[in-house]
Amino acid sequence: MQVKGRVFKYGDNVDTDVIIPARYLSATSGEELAKHCMEDIDKEFIKKVQPGDLIVAQKNFGCGSSREHAPLAIKCAGVSCVIAETFARIFYRNAINIGLPIIECPEASRAIEAGDEIEVDFDSGTIFNRTRNESYKGQAFPPFMQKIISAGGLINYINSEA
Amino acid sequence: MGMTMTQKILAAHAGLDRVAAGQLIEASLDMVLGNDITSPVAINEMQKMKKQTVFDRDKIALVMDHFIPNKDIKSAENCKCCRDFAREHEITNYFDVGAMGIEHALLPEKGLVTAGEAVIGADSHTCTYGALGAFSTGVGSTDMAAAMATGKAWFKVPSALKFVLTGKPSKWVSGKDVILHIIGMIGVDGALYRSMEFSGDGVAHLSMDDRFTICNMAIEAGGKNGIFPVDEKTIEYIKEHGNRPYTVYEPDEDAVYEAEYTIDLSALKPTVAFPHLPENTKEAGTFGEIKIDQAVIGSCTNGRIQDIRQAAQIMKGRKVAKDVRCIVIPATQAIYLQAMREGLLEIFIEAGAVVSTPTCGPCLGGYMGILAAGERCVSTTNRNFVGRMGHVESEVYLASPAVAAASAITGKISCPEELGL
Repeated sequence: MQVKGRVFKYGDNVDTDVIIPARYLSATSGEELAKHCMEDIDKEFIKKVQPGDLIVAQKNFGCGSSREHAPLAIKCAGVSCVIAETFARIFYRNAINIGLPIIECPEASRAIEAGDEIEVDFDSGTIFNRTRNESYKGQAFPPFMQKIISAGGLINYINSEA
Repeated sequence: MGMTMTQKILAAHAGLDRVAAGQLIEASLDMVLGNDITSPVAINEMQKMKKQTVFDRDKIALVMDHFIPNKDIKSAENCKCCRDFAREHEITNYFDVGAMGIEHALLPEKGLVTAGEAVIGADSHTCTYGALGAFSTGVGSTDMAAAMATGKAWFKVPSALKFVLTGKPSKWVSGKDVILHIIGMIGVDGALYRSMEFSGDGVAHLSMDDRFTICNMAIEAGGKNGIFPVDEKTIEYIKEHGNRPYTVYEPDEDAVYEAEYTIDLSALKPTVAFPHLPENTKEAGTFGEIKIDQAVIGSCTNGRIQDIRQAAQIMKGRKVAKDVRCIVIPATQAIYLQAMREGLLEIFIEAGAVVSTPTCGPCLGGYMGILAAGERCVSTTNRNFVGRMGHVESEVYLASPAVAAASAITGKISCPEELGL
């Protein structure tokens, strides 16, 4: 699987409260949540994001609340992949479980700038920066998690095992 | 190579003799928890599953606590979704208005978690139950859905950080100061993916309520879980709350820790986390005057009886400062009743504070104390992120109940000593 898009770049400790503020948590549909995605950190995000675009951040992306509304809002906003130096652990689980591709790659997180054109090849874990003509090697998922992702999330995976 | 306490509990629940850090396992669960925010998403996911029945109706807890009594139509619909599901599946441990409490205060109080168990909850502060010597961790709604159906969850066995607590904390230093000190020391990702294992002679000087507060905020250091050894205080608590059979796990002597920190509790001072991260900590006496508009005393972190008593002790016979709103929220119905019987609610009301029924409300900017632009709140809650309690230009300072109560009286961030206590 390959994805391609432009980058929205953020810093350390992007928390789930700014990804989707609690005042919108009564909504449960991804489409409705997506309208407010990143609102408290970047009001321009939802106006500018195009299907396939990527989020690149630094350390501890998705820290804080366990709300699955956060990766869901990102996914439904059209984001094809989140790349970060590290992810907070619940966000990491949730992203895998709902089928939002994420990659830990400190090198990419440092080198990629806002607006760069990026392509990601999930099979090899390679990230290509078309703007800067560079490539970075991301951390591949263990086979068990690859199975969940290729099934399209945890529920589909369990259904396929049953 | 030996195992940590967390690793032993996970091994036992995976049916394995031993596990090692990094290993992927599937563990059986003793309790699966959700609230009125996360459960509707889980219930929706569960409807996509082939298996539509719950694994054990006694081992699922649904606690309506975030936005109840309901703050608006959508939150009412979310609670109704949980209520209908609980009725349909005959969920034993469904807690609604009149029976509920903030989940992480309620479950231990009801004896629904005990030492040696493995628990997941679709709420990040599920790590609270490590205080009882259980493995417990927060997950998302899809994990909750899968666990409600199968009774199992996948885990990557965590490596561990060891925190050796020594000495006895001084009068106005409590569990909140201990955990804020630790987060200030290691940072908000200092324990990322790892378990935080507490030990040392200082543990004996920490009440169960202190330990709940400390484990509750393990997630604010990025931790997978926090866990305390089981001692006389733990056993006494378990006997008073449900008295269910329990299993005591101890770490092996040659258990491996990635790092070890020794913390002298007697040297700690009241600690405050400044906006906008829990790691921005400063000790009392190291910062200038910070005026506040609001003080919140409550939450899954600090809404237990010890917290309410401590706040009342400070506010007794005093008045909340002019221009400060003080909101006190006992975490469960039982704590509320106990506080009423002890005359604590009267103290708060006479001081000019308001007392709310149990709710997570203001902690996550839900309702019951939202901040306007430019306002400052000192709060006993667990997060001070941008916009956490309201407007993106508001500020939250995290502190203990003692500091929050003293600050409510003086109108600026203060220690009880400033009131001659």
